[in-house]
Amino acid sequence: MRAFGLIIVLLTGGLLLWGVRDFPLFGAADSPANGGVVTAYYLQHTMQDARVPNAVTTVLADYRSYDTMFETAVIFTAGIAIFAILRVFDDRGGRRLRKSQDAPVKGDQYRIIVGTTSRLLIAPIQLFALYVLVHGHHSPGGGFQGGVIIGASFLLLAVARNLQTSLDRFPERRFLAMGAGGVLIYAGTGLLCMLLGRNFLDYGALQAVLPATGPEMARSHGIFAVEIGVAVTVSASMFAVYAMLASRGRLKDGL
Amino acid sequence: MIWQFDTLLLVLLIVAAVISLRIKDLLAASVVFGIYSFLMCLLWAVMAAVDVAFTEAAVGAGVSTLFMIATVYQTTRRSSD
Repeated sequence: MRAFGLIIVLLTGGLLLWGVRDFPLFGAADSPANGGVVTAYYLQHTMQDARVPNAVTTVLADYRSYDTMFETAVIFTAGIAIFAILRVFDDRGGRRLRKSQDAPVKGDQYRIIVGTTSRLLIAPIQLFALYVLVHGHHSPGGGFQGGVIIGASFLLLAVARNLQTSLDRFPERRFLAMGAGGVLIYAGTGLLCMLLGRNFLDYGALQAVLPATGPEMARSHGIFAVEIGVAVTVSASMFAVYAMLASRGRLKDGL
Repeated sequence: MIWQFDTLLLVLLIVAAVISLRIKDLLAASVVFGIYSFLMCLLWAVMAAVDVAFTEAAVGAGVSTLFMIATVYQTTRRSSD
């Protein structure tokens, strides 16, 4: 059976590598990704259309904003699915779970070096996360990366102290509400554009309600609004998944 | 693209991938998988896909390694197969 598996793996791997021969070379100017009409349009019009120098941000949050909206919905769904599978509300009557021999010992949260270092680091990490979120128009980053880093700062707190310390600052009700709220911010921005008489997620319409000097700046602000929605959902989902996994869905005595 | 750097990255990537699959200690396997993610992040950066590299560093190396470590702590540390 092992030999059979090895043959299948080698055959599939060989076929995949054989298929790569037909790919354009790395950075080739005539490859479909580089030479298409759409790519040229995106790169040339990102400044005029939305005043955003980073074309990646414009493509993700403006030109292909439906894509990103449903990606955010997918992350929210993944967080909710893990919550629905793992969350245990009633601890009584169930089979006694075997305590792992590697479980943290009592008093572990008082480790002084780890505790102090992480306490000093968490504030700069969150500040950096906000920078990544806000500066996504001009540099790599944006809502997704910023949201993950915000979530990671709470994970660091949970690992360095314990889950309860983290949950005191980011309780269950709040991360569930934020997970849904982020998707709502994104879709709400789109709906607002619709109420103002343009298409769904056509941020140019926000000119009427935002202090923007024209439809281009309104699109820039619209991109920022949906990035905030993405960051809120992603940070809440990351923390929800960790809290469920670390405490077997009981949200107490976790790692 | 510097081919020596690329080759070194790819060799280390394959070594990290094989180690994380073969190692018996699941906690060590999670950590080696984090190393794999960091090498992937460097590869994305070499290919000028900085946004992807950023995401790989934050999600792949940071958060998902922690997810796996949290899961390992809830089960046994040694792999049985």
